[in-house]
Amino acid sequence: MTPSTDIGPSWDLLADLQLLLQYHFMQNALIVGTIVAVLGGAIGYLIVLRGQSFAAHMLSQVGFPGAAGAVLVHVSPVLGLLVFCVGAALGISVFGTRLGGGGRRESAAVGSILAFSLGLGLLFFRLFSGSAQAIYAFLFGTILGIDDKDVLVALVTAAVCLAALAFMFRPMVFASIDPAVADAKGVPVRLLSVVFLLLVAVTVAETVQIVGTLLIFALMVAPGAAAQRMTSRPYRALGTSVLLAVVVTWAGLAVAYFTGYPVGFFITTFAFAIYLLTRAAPTLARIARPGLTPALGAAR
Amino acid sequence: MAIAAQTGHRMRDSAPVQPGLPPAVQLQNAGIDLGGRYIWRSVDLEVAPGEFVAILGPNGAGKSTLLKAILGVLPLSEGAISVFGKPVRRGNDAVGYLPQRRNFDADLRVRAVDLVRLGLDGASWGMPLPFLSRFMAGPAARARRVDAVIEMVGAEAYANRPIGELSGGEQQRILIAQALVSGARMLVLDEPLDSLDLNNQQAISGLVQRICSESGVTVLLVAHDINPILPYVDQVVYVAQGQVVSGAPAEVIRTETLSRLYGTPVEVLRTTDGRVIVVGQNEPVSYHAHDAEH
Amino acid sequence: MIAAAIPPFSPNLVQDLVEILSHDFMRNAFMAGGCIAVAAGLVGYFVVLRNQVFTSDALGHVAFTGGLGGLIIGLPLLPSVFGSTILSALAIGSLGGRERGRDVAIGTVFAWVLGLGVFFLSIYTTLRSGASGVVGVTVLFGSILTLTTSQAAVAAAAGLLTSLALLVICRPLLFAAIDPEVAVTRGVHVRFVTLAFLVLVGATVAEAVQAVGALLIFGLLVTPAAIAQNMTARPYVGLLLAAGLSITFVWFGLVLGFYISYPVSFFVVGLSFAAYVLSTLLTRRRPAAATAT
Repeated sequence: MTPSTDIGPSWDLLADLQLLLQYHFMQNALIVGTIVAVLGGAIGYLIVLRGQSFAAHMLSQVGFPGAAGAVLVHVSPVLGLLVFCVGAALGISVFGTRLGGGGRRESAAVGSILAFSLGLGLLFFRLFSGSAQAIYAFLFGTILGIDDKDVLVALVTAAVCLAALAFMFRPMVFASIDPAVADAKGVPVRLLSVVFLLLVAVTVAETVQIVGTLLIFALMVAPGAAAQRMTSRPYRALGTSVLLAVVVTWAGLAVAYFTGYPVGFFITTFAFAIYLLTRAAPTLARIARPGLTPALGAAR
Repeated sequence: MAIAAQTGHRMRDSAPVQPGLPPAVQLQNAGIDLGGRYIWRSVDLEVAPGEFVAILGPNGAGKSTLLKAILGVLPLSEGAISVFGKPVRRGNDAVGYLPQRRNFDADLRVRAVDLVRLGLDGASWGMPLPFLSRFMAGPAARARRVDAVIEMVGAEAYANRPIGELSGGEQQRILIAQALVSGARMLVLDEPLDSLDLNNQQAISGLVQRICSESGVTVLLVAHDINPILPYVDQVVYVAQGQVVSGAPAEVIRTETLSRLYGTPVEVLRTTDGRVIVVGQNEPVSYHAHDAEH
Repeated sequence: MIAAAIPPFSPNLVQDLVEILSHDFMRNAFMAGGCIAVAAGLVGYFVVLRNQVFTSDALGHVAFTGGLGGLIIGLPLLPSVFGSTILSALAIGSLGGRERGRDVAIGTVFAWVLGLGVFFLSIYTTLRSGASGVVGVTVLFGSILTLTTSQAAVAAAAGLLTSLALLVICRPLLFAAIDPEVAVTRGVHVRFVTLAFLVLVGATVAEAVQAVGALLIFGLLVTPAAIAQNMTARPYVGLLLAAGLSITFVWFGLVLGFYISYPVSFFVVGLSFAAYVLSTLLTRRRPAAATAT
């Protein structure tokens, strides 16, 4: 899975980079990782804005029974994955009622669908007597085993999704932060909600095979959350989110390459660390400059 | 606005004061300091039982803080405060509270009547068994009390529906019922008319006034616009600039009084159709729709 | 899985039941499963009411990671699971804050926690090869049919204690959940009750690990409660209904698992999901119109 670590990293970053890029699988991993990070970071910003982290988490896990079930009926697992993800997205849209996403009913629906799909996954899994390795691969993906065809598919999917996202970004932001007013102004709020979830589903279905369920969720939530804390301008936050996602992906890949431990763990750790930093920043600023009095009633 | 012409606003001739009873609310030299700055201080205020008091003032002046002090949620930094002659405390059954702008989620699946009931026994441990009220005196009395107070506010028609499904005006009635259910002798309402349309404003004001006069309940009502409640108000408490001024409406909303209060020239203007506008140099305009004297 | 020597399902239900309960492992499963189900239903009612479903899912993952972490450093499984979930519950409780901010915080943390868990799993695999994969699956999906009598008794006791504790705080908890501002003025200790509740959620998750597993417990926490809230707006009726539904699903799931050799957890979540879909379709309301003032 990972190469030998006899060639260790050095402080010469350029040399390290050359080391990283010498193998084709690493080149692919970096390319695909970047694509996934960009897509994840972009969509993630909207997910965080709409308070739909739970739904995103659920969509990233619901593919598991889809793939397992597909194997059982001798269909391509990717197809099963896609069908289940899209189905779940539609399910959430049907059961959840709040205009701008999030809310009690949606959470209950997400939780119920997720539990059921995991139960299904367990069933299928037992039926075709899968191994722990399969679960492992599902959770973490196989980013270090990507071939050129996968890179192409990822590129095309990302291009399509990002184009769709760019097209609906502005009305989407409006519908997310002020659904009632947006609705009154003619924004198709409900339609956008459904389309957005479908977009998330397709993103997840494609990327989960590469980076695993765990990672896509981390990439979709942590950078977006950090970006939101850093700036409240939508476009800037979007860009920041993408940037952060790409940075943690590269860093994670590099560290995993040199230490031999799982990529997924490092990427999620770095993403988490950045998020923690943004949370701790006000406190740190106050420690650094104690003369500053916080504005009374400043929102967190 | 046409309303003034119809009702010909006049103030109450006399507040229905009962002699010999301790004041409903009494503050002596009171002050509250939050985060190093005084919200207000040196406040002397007395509210007689059964009075209908309007609390006015610009945003952020400390009206809600005053309410919280009376509710026992925020302790004073200096001075003394008492409610019905006793020290303030949380969970005081004699005081009912309606906070500002409570909005219940549309998908909250709990009945309105349950919300009212919680005002009565929500702080008790253990679980009420639904059928007990048929057999035992205590639970039966409580159930009757809830029904009585719902009837008092006129909410029987929709009390059994989920609270999230009710309109703004309906919710306010339910919330008033909740505030009263524990036998409150004083009702503290923080901007209850805020998000209501004109009809509902009048209906709710009328309801509150009826409760005040029929049951002798003292009313403290924070408002932005004194117009809907002006016919009922005995005393105006004006909170601004770290000070609190109280008196009859005509006394308080005057150029001299408010200038003194703000410490800078403030003018109280009356338009030709009787509206009152407060204008200051650096203060945001504070708009009071109608004047008492007319 | 169950041995092949089981008599087939007969139309005489009482006889079937007697047959089922004549097996030790089934009695254990019924006892443990029943008590945990009641706890899950009761606690779950408030989880849904307070919109903390995500939190309970997160705690399930914490159970996995904490359990494995404990195993690696040589601690027994159950105390590690309990310890980590309760500590996490307390940490989440002290976070406070607005709903949305908290949601994202929880999501980020627990993505990391899950990653950590799989990391632990890989360490554990290299440390103790062989049974490792099984441990992971057991913690995630439970193995209610392999409980020993003492294990079942412990689980049952934990379930009952949790249920009782919840019933004691249910009224102030309800008040704090739907009307915190007024609850404070009426003398409810909102912070304490909130914290206690989260601890109960953590405990429920931990004690259910053996029975239905960390991954599926939140199905028992969420779905019966969601059904109950679909069907009634009376809080205490809903509370008891959630518990009743939960225990029904578990016991029926066990019976199904007895006769059909598929995992019990699957039947349990399958039944509850089917009921959920049914209840949602049957109680379809007009989408909430913008509230007329």
